Amino acid sequence: MSILDLAGASQSTVSFVTNYGHRLYSDDFVHQLDACFSDGNFYDNQTNPRKVEQFLAGALTFEEGSFDGALVWDTLQFLSAPLLQIVVERLHRILRPGSCLLAFFHSEEKIDTIPTYSYRISDHRNIMLVERGRRRPAQFFNNRSLEKLFQEFQSVKFFLTRDHLREVIVRR
Amino acid sequence: MWNRRKDEEFALKPASAPPTSSALAKEGIPMSTLPGRTNEPHFDNPRGSAVLGKSVIVKGQIFSREDLTIDGEVEGTVELQEHRLTVGPNGKVIAGIKAREVVVLGTIHGNVETTDKIDIRKDAKLLGDIRTARVVIEDGAYFKGNIDIVRAEVAKPQPAPKPQPVASATAPAAGTHNIAAAAGGGDLKR
Repeated sequence: MSILDLAGASQSTVSFVTNYGHRLYSDDFVHQLDACFSDGNFYDNQTNPRKVEQFLAGALTFEEGSFDGALVWDTLQFLSAPLLQIVVERLHRILRPGSCLLAFFHSEEKIDTIPTYSYRISDHRNIMLVERGRRRPAQFFNNRSLEKLFQEFQSVKFFLTRDHLREVIVRR
Repeated sequence: MWNRRKDEEFALKPASAPPTSSALAKEGIPMSTLPGRTNEPHFDNPRGSAVLGKSVIVKGQIFSREDLTIDGEVEGTVELQEHRLTVGPNGKVIAGIKAREVVVLGTIHGNVETTDKIDIRKDAKLLGDIRTARVVIEDGAYFKGNIDIVRAEVAKPQPAPKPQPVASATAPAAGTHNIAAAAGGGDLKR
């Protein structure tokens, strides 16, 4: 199988996935967002056509049906609505039918900034979270808005954790 | 009985003390006038490997039959089939790479294929697909690309050769059987 991991390369995730004999494509999506949009206002820049074009030229530019699974983690929270729509469309395109996508969304709407993490799979039961600071999310999502976001996909399942985190498993 | 003082003097004298410049000048040994490189960033540079220094720029193909360290810029292809490539902290390689082992401390843009190991150190940057038997990624390294781990094939035990039809009556049938059994049995024990 071929797995897409957007948390950035870590030894533990690489070992976990490749020990099962799967192939892993690793990218640090938040790093890529910062490289394109952090010069000035992060979210205003995401409406700048030139910067968006530059970002999309290097983001998720894979052939249709390239992956059997995607670990998106919490990255989608930092995309403004129009860009988010394009990225989700691309994820839909590059995932094979029947494959799954894992995403996290913070559910605590009262706080201004949320912690961002580097997610590392330790074993089949544990994920290690390495904090990378805090940032303001583009928007907060409830179950209804998530269903709408992934409406092109086959199914969406939600799991609300104790840490105000909504774990979402989406089937293509 | 023993001249202790002389012994102590002998012991205190450093065995590999570098000769002074005046001493070397007296002996007529040529000396380098280049300034010492004590402030350079240090990284593993095993003795005997070829080095492309940080002010060297190469465009084209590199084939090496020894370990190579690149601390400059290379654009093209790099092949060291049985050897180790080290991309130093100042190194920038825009190339497809084939080697036994690759250690990255600088930047690589290109696909990397090794038969043994790829070691991506802290602050290193690798953009490209990697195909290797083992990979080590330190915290703080940036990697973007496909990771394809190629497991070394375990030698499968050879099945015992089928007994060949005896061509002539003089062929030692029992001997043939023993050889086949020994070969098969030995492999199975492993």
